[in-house]
Amino acid sequence: MHSSRLLLDSGSGGKASHRLIKDFFLQHFGNATLNRLDDAALLEISGPVAMSTDSFTVTPLFFPGGDIGSLAVNGTVNDVAMLGALPRFLSCAFILEEGLEMDVLERIVRSMAQAADRAQVQIVTGDTKVVPKGAVDKIFINTTGIGEILVQPHPQGHRARPGDAVLVSGTMGDHGLTILATREGLSFDAPVASDCAGLGHLVGELLEAVPEIHVLRDPTRGGLATTLNEIVMQSGVGCLIQENMVPVNPVVSAGCSFLGLDPLYLANEGKLICILPEQFAKQALTILGKNEFGTKAACIGRIIDTHPGRVVLQTPLGGHRLLDMLEGEQLPRIC
Amino acid sequence: MNSHDPLAEFKDPGLCRRLLAKIHAELTAPLRFMEVCGTHTVAIFQSGLRSLLSADIVHVSGPGCPVCVTHEGEVAAFLELARKDKVIIATFGDLMRVPGPHGGNLKAVQAEGARVEVVYSAFDALQLAVKHPKDRIVFLGVGFETTAPTVAATIKNAAAQNVENLLLFSMHKLIPPALAVLLDDSDLNVDSLLLPGHVSTIIGLEPYRFIADKYGVPAVITGFEPLDILQALQLIISQIKDRRPKVVNEYTRAVADQGNPRAREVMSQVFEPCDALWRGLGRIPQSGLTLHGEYARFDALRFFDVAVENLPPLPGCCCGDVLKGKMRPNNCPLFGKACIPANPVGPCMVSTEGSCAAYYKYSL
Amino acid sequence: MCLAVPMEIKTLDHDLNIAEVEIGGVKRQVRLDIIDEQPLVGDFVIVHAGFALRRLDREDALETIKLFQENLHLELS
Repeated sequence: MHSSRLLLDSGSGGKASHRLIKDFFLQHFGNATLNRLDDAALLEISGPVAMSTDSFTVTPLFFPGGDIGSLAVNGTVNDVAMLGALPRFLSCAFILEEGLEMDVLERIVRSMAQAADRAQVQIVTGDTKVVPKGAVDKIFINTTGIGEILVQPHPQGHRARPGDAVLVSGTMGDHGLTILATREGLSFDAPVASDCAGLGHLVGELLEAVPEIHVLRDPTRGGLATTLNEIVMQSGVGCLIQENMVPVNPVVSAGCSFLGLDPLYLANEGKLICILPEQFAKQALTILGKNEFGTKAACIGRIIDTHPGRVVLQTPLGGHRLLDMLEGEQLPRIC
Repeated sequence: MNSHDPLAEFKDPGLCRRLLAKIHAELTAPLRFMEVCGTHTVAIFQSGLRSLLSADIVHVSGPGCPVCVTHEGEVAAFLELARKDKVIIATFGDLMRVPGPHGGNLKAVQAEGARVEVVYSAFDALQLAVKHPKDRIVFLGVGFETTAPTVAATIKNAAAQNVENLLLFSMHKLIPPALAVLLDDSDLNVDSLLLPGHVSTIIGLEPYRFIADKYGVPAVITGFEPLDILQALQLIISQIKDRRPKVVNEYTRAVADQGNPRAREVMSQVFEPCDALWRGLGRIPQSGLTLHGEYARFDALRFFDVAVENLPPLPGCCCGDVLKGKMRPNNCPLFGKACIPANPVGPCMVSTEGSCAAYYKYSL
Repeated sequence: MCLAVPMEIKTLDHDLNIAEVEIGGVKRQVRLDIIDEQPLVGDFVIVHAGFALRRLDREDALETIKLFQENLHLELS
């Protein structure tokens, strides 16, 4: 690299662009398909395919447990996997702010390469734009992923049925609290890290061992509560959750207590919800428990035929209340 | 006791269920109590207590949500401040979505380019001011007697450190004057009060005496765990049975009968009482706090020459009746239709602590 | 109306009038400008909006629980 900071020239399509792609992206992402540098990637893939796209922007770019790069890979890998697919290929597009430090970009790209490697997906096509200072906040990343559907019928949001068990693969809210802890003006110190992880293998193991899975979903933005609400609306069923069965890291619940937040609405980036016939719940929990990303998996409730479209929370006292969707992002409160 | 939750016993489900059974057994007549404090409202809903209370025990949510009672005119004024050049608004997260007279809120003006920072403490606003010496930091002071001393202490620190670019818009309000207004209303349909725990940590027992002495209404200062609330209900029931209304401090682990004199002193050095506008209740004499003496120079309204207008409430809003226990939230014609948390018409729908918002969010 | 949580005093700095407090591993600084009785390390204080309001009386809390249990004619655990 000629400069320690990214220049507008690097997005010009000229020699500077070529240098950025060849010396930089290919070096980290390189694989046979990408290395051809054709206008499009040629893929060998068969049968039904799951496809998902997502754009990533996060402040700060680096946080305990991950960074925007690992988030951009794992987020899309997980979305593809939740349809019951084996994630295979990713596209990756960067919008970069002029003046971005090259070593920041390199850290991010390296982290993406590692995440892709762990998830065994290939980045097969990409794009880079450099925009004038102030037009974006440092770096935005879009990834699109495709994968082969592993089973039929495959998990989908509308397939939850009364009597089904509701499982989660681990503690709720770790990513959300980690990001909050870094915010200016909220300065607090919490020994917590983002759960950012690719769940492709975990999903593969579940689908291989468990005969029937109705729904898989990753509770990202809006957290467990929001995702469960989406599922019950899609499926036209109700859901009863036992509050004291939901795993929450004690640090996360302590952080939430003084900020006035609810961990059930905080984002996760390496967790899944699995809804399946009750008779397979134990088997699924065993599979989850053996995987490094599912050690704290738990059965947290069941699908019911009353209260369609709503999530009901049974409190430790034995009372019942609605677990509604939130209006927008949760804000720390004093009252 | 574990170190995470020194109050774990106050959540003990077994103990709560037994106490609840006892309360139900002792109840001889229907009980209508008002929890003055929004944190109690949330605790009653969130713990599921509400669904476990017999239909004969009705709770009515009072005016104790500082965000909800922030007046339309005050919101209009701080939105005006937020649009000013070189101003950074520092606010508790609670205020971000509170709507002004024309539906605008801090989120919306932020989208238009205003600079708004959510802080956890007033002191964080002082630190912002030090960090941004070329900007004016306007802290939005909301809250009752619990929060006002923290803001007063921050202003004192700013004065001592000669930080001149921190300003305060004081919308602080005082609880006892509002309770007097409610109790004076012959329409008020409640027979007892749960008094706010952490306001009482500061003001103590004395300022509430008039509730029992003048109005003959039992009132209990209590904490926020399920067991606290149940114990308060039991005390109320026995007072009603004995026809001996009293003001009782049940929250002794956090509230001394004399309150916290040091906090009150800091508060009175910086603030003096003034008339204040309450959303849903209107103007209440001597129920607000304004900067005085050497601290008046921190007054954001004075600095920018912005006034708070007494704008009328929106037509059709029944929050006044809901606050007085005359109407249940879901009986309001606007509830869940024109008035929802995303687009609140009246104060009770404004913050998650408002009675209508809690009803909307938690009720099955 | 006023969210306040008990947190444990870990360190005290009387010159700066601050304390480091902790709850369940989460640490934060709080101001001691308005607390009436100066706390000691190991005390729990009630924290609201970054300020310690008052020392939490744990003995009193335990006594309250004991009374509850007696009140309900339960054996003390």
